[in-house]
Amino acid sequence: MKDIRYVFNVEKDDFVRAGETSSKIKKILRELGIDSSIIRKISIAAYEAEMNIVIHSLGGQILLDISPGVIRITASDRGPGIADVELAMKEGYSTATDQVREMGFGAGMGLPNMKKCSDRFCVTSSEGKGTYIVIEVDLKAGE
Amino acid sequence: MKICEVKEILNAEVLCGDDLLENEVSYAFGSDLMSDVLAFVKGKTLLLTGLTNQQVVRTAEMADLSAIVFVRGKKPGKDIVDLATEKEIALLLTRDTMYTASGKLYSNGLEGVSID
Repeated sequence: MKDIRYVFNVEKDDFVRAGETSSKIKKILRELGIDSSIIRKISIAAYEAEMNIVIHSLGGQILLDISPGVIRITASDRGPGIADVELAMKEGYSTATDQVREMGFGAGMGLPNMKKCSDRFCVTSSEGKGTYIVIEVDLKAGE
Repeated sequence: MKICEVKEILNAEVLCGDDLLENEVSYAFGSDLMSDVLAFVKGKTLLLTGLTNQQVVRTAEMADLSAIVFVRGKKPGKDIVDLATEKEIALLLTRDTMYTASGKLYSNGLEGVSID
């Protein structure tokens, strides 16, 4: 398998289109014939990352990188950044608004869910600049 | 349990996915928190929820859920039914509350999801 990169823009507060990027990612991986349990992990992590950009950021981008043996999702946004990343990683901690909670999100599970679905996970953030998340999932031998 | 059995037990209306009713679900999960659904659900699971927005269908799509039951008689809009139809997810609507619907399904042998 050659290295392939897909780039998706994600707009802030666009709750109608939220999830479309993750849906496209899922479709791409399915067409490549990747194992369904791996697709599920990547789809969930990508969806949480996408919802985070829609809910919390000023807008951003999701990259899907397909390389031999590994799938990488990179989610970056234009701010405002996370003040305390360690606190944000705690299950149940959330800064989401009531509007977001009414939609079933903002339970403080986003970042922990992404980590749980990944083989390698990294989140860096600086206030006023933005958040950068890398999620890697290894493919099984032969994929 | 087959989705058509869920329909009978909950006296539910099928909003879409008539052709999916013979499919089996192994577990059920009741929640209005989509992040919890994403965190805890695995495999052929039925989702019971009182939320009727598009993110419920997106969540089901990402987590490979087979079917969604909307409880408390809450009917989703056409856009949501259309999205579920496209994604081949069966949508059912019951007038039972979350508690009653869950109790009926559990007592008929449909297990809950175990939390690691």
